[in-house]
Amino acid sequence: MFWQRGVRYVLTIFFFGVALSNLHAAPVQEFVLDNGLKVLLLEDHKSPAVTFQVWYRVGGRNEKDGKSGLAHFLEHMMFKGTPSTGPEEYSRIIAKNGGRSNAFTSSDMTVYFATMSREKIGIELDLEADRMANALLGEQYFEPEKKVIQEERRLRTEDNPGSALSEVTGAVAFMIHPYRRPVVGWMEDIQRLTRQDLVDFHKLYYAPNNAFIVVVGDFSTDEIMPKIRAAFGKVSRGAEAPKVSVQEPEQQGERRAILKKEAELPFLLLFYHAPNLQNADSFALEVLSVVLAGGRSSRLYHELVYEKRLVRGVDADYSRVSVDPMGFSITAQLLLGIQPANVEREIYGLLEKLKSELITDRELQKSKNQIEAAFIFDQDSIFGQAMKIGYYEVTGGWRQLNAYLDGIRKVTREDIQRVARQYLDADRRTVGTLIPTKGQ
Amino acid sequence: MTPKRTVLSNGMVLLTSEQRTLPMVSIELLVDAGSAHESAPQAGLANLTAKLLTYGTKRRSAVQINETLDFIGASLETACAQDTASLSMTVLKKDLGTGLELLADVLTQPAFPQPEIDRQKQAIIATIRATEENPGAVAGKAFAAALFPQSPYGRPVEGTEASVKALQQKNLQDFFARYYRPNRSIIAVVGDVSEQEIASLLETALRSWSKGEPSAVATAPVKIGSSKLVRMNKDLTQANIIMGHIGVARGNSDYYAVQVMNYVLGGGGFSSRVMDSIRNERGLAYSVYSFFAAERSHGTFEFVMQTKNETAMEAIRIGNDEIRRMREEPVSDQELNDAKDYLIGSFPLRFDTNRKVASFLAQVEYFKLGLDYPDRYPDLIRSVNGEEVLRVAKQYLHPEMLITVIVGNLKKIAEK
Repeated sequence: MFWQRGVRYVLTIFFFGVALSNLHAAPVQEFVLDNGLKVLLLEDHKSPAVTFQVWYRVGGRNEKDGKSGLAHFLEHMMFKGTPSTGPEEYSRIIAKNGGRSNAFTSSDMTVYFATMSREKIGIELDLEADRMANALLGEQYFEPEKKVIQEERRLRTEDNPGSALSEVTGAVAFMIHPYRRPVVGWMEDIQRLTRQDLVDFHKLYYAPNNAFIVVVGDFSTDEIMPKIRAAFGKVSRGAEAPKVSVQEPEQQGERRAILKKEAELPFLLLFYHAPNLQNADSFALEVLSVVLAGGRSSRLYHELVYEKRLVRGVDADYSRVSVDPMGFSITAQLLLGIQPANVEREIYGLLEKLKSELITDRELQKSKNQIEAAFIFDQDSIFGQAMKIGYYEVTGGWRQLNAYLDGIRKVTREDIQRVARQYLDADRRTVGTLIPTKGQ
Repeated sequence: MTPKRTVLSNGMVLLTSEQRTLPMVSIELLVDAGSAHESAPQAGLANLTAKLLTYGTKRRSAVQINETLDFIGASLETACAQDTASLSMTVLKKDLGTGLELLADVLTQPAFPQPEIDRQKQAIIATIRATEENPGAVAGKAFAAALFPQSPYGRPVEGTEASVKALQQKNLQDFFARYYRPNRSIIAVVGDVSEQEIASLLETALRSWSKGEPSAVATAPVKIGSSKLVRMNKDLTQANIIMGHIGVARGNSDYYAVQVMNYVLGGGGFSSRVMDSIRNERGLAYSVYSFFAAERSHGTFEFVMQTKNETAMEAIRIGNDEIRRMREEPVSDQELNDAKDYLIGSFPLRFDTNRKVASFLAQVEYFKLGLDYPDRYPDLIRSVNGEEVLRVAKQYLHPEMLITVIVGNLKKIAEK
């Protein structure tokens, strides 16, 4: 559902709950061009590569009913050329210059990126500026690409029981907010999208003042800024993109979604509406997710996987970094012969315990240690660092990154208890259950 | 820092690369203890042994190990493949001592407690079931079984439900005692630590670990499956297709020419021929690619795609045509140069994190490529020419030998 994204091609992206360090890395530098394009730079010279990313502040969240999948479809069509590059030539040019490139769309953003050597990164920069302004979205490529996207939906959602369950649960948890729609789009919507939809969407959202650039890696600011100004400076400012101001009404009572599908093991998804990083409680919720499922010694893992042997795996995922509030979810894949209702009861029991008893000092410290360590490990990757800067910029401004560790350190045992009581409440919950059926 | 290689007194090979930018250390340890060392009735033994390492030692319970690791925010994972088992650790520099002590403990003193064996057997059986939900993995298993009948390379590493159930504590202890030995192991350490420092820490931590029977020369699968069609019915919207056959071993002198050739065919992402003909032109698939996977003793060639059931046969036909065309026509100069430029130019991107460097160094040692491999790689690729590409296509692509696996809704596939 919410964290699910359409990707141009299968790739692994680290999805994370934690943020970039101000510990060792050089600070992020911010520049804004006259046309409104923001540029965020972070020099990191530990490996000879640069990752260059263009972030558009548009995603599934900006689509209208009946047009789901539009942002993602446009992402695919952005590879079909401009007056100066042929269809799919972008990828070939990057590859033959030793680079790796891709793109993805989520509810909140659409991102294009390449990682290349310092000497070659200028090529990527020019190509991105070109397609920001001049993408052709050629009519003759529209129908074949529609089929590709439908295959993508079949591969990643329809034939994947876990993500099919996420989709259904998301559609029940949100009634009016666009987070209820899958990023890849409903099959029927994809079928009905037209090229004109794409052209209009591109015109509305793909402008320098609705985008920003993130560059991380082995470059020098003095060298790259003039190149960025030269390439992107000539793209003209667009009209202000329409704002999405839909607010999901408060949920008043549990909702349930059941999906029956060919699968082997039942799967359970408990989704609770929760605030995002705009709310100070988000730090405590972040720590709470680690108390529940960070490592094998965490509460859910230890009880459900290890002691009681009810589930194969369990996770807690808090969507802290999102434009609008999303939620806090707990997922579990059950062992053979275990009833979902049993597992639900066990999880609720563990949550009740968090609400009635304070966690220990050691448990709090352990969770914070895990977050801080992960935070440093994440800096191992320039791509991962760029992703984090981008996520924060889209959702709350990149400067919020610097407040992250301090916020985590200040969380108390009482905070954990309070947010567990407030947000992991049955009335805010949607329970999704996958019931395996046998094939024909 | 330039990587260094040394052999510890217990016979273990240590590779290091000092990276002082971040206060962290990544460790990758390979042991010649994969599933190729087990017999058919004991399928899953190597995997279960590797799994149990972190579930209790003579001094620590599984719970204590978990608690210690989580408190320092470190990760310690075990995995098992056909040739090797591996342990991977990432730890903050300040906790390196604690981390190494744990690593050494699980590596040399596992206790294989019966309750933990029972737990992990149940978990593995659930994994076997869960894998059935992944059509690509189902196809992959069927392909391996058809290509390497009666060979450990044809069996899934995790074994079968029946074989896992039958495994005994004694089997694990024996397997461990025989195969987990320092002179069968490679450790790569990358991060905020010097070679000297880590070598001395490891000498101390692993002083009780003694040499055993050295690694044998890897033996290739004896029997190779011939061309056939394997069809498996599942209620899916897509047919998951693998076509393939035997490939080349890592040490084959044609390995690099084969990689260039495969880049043009299906290895080159959006630059490959099959991406053009199957995805871009016809919209038949989202994901379509080919690869030559190379092990010490053998290799495989696989062509993989998913398309809606109704277009399965059409996509297979085009895939076959593309494989044939590689053998019949020389690649264009542009295709050749694009492939070589990508392989050479993107090579350094493979090591853009400490973890990737650690895993790469261990592989370099395992395949005996030499620490100068990154320096030699550009020339190895540069020297490949068009005639060689055509020659290796003729030599290593065999349309008449293709094993084709289709997992999908067979009724809908057959209607077309």
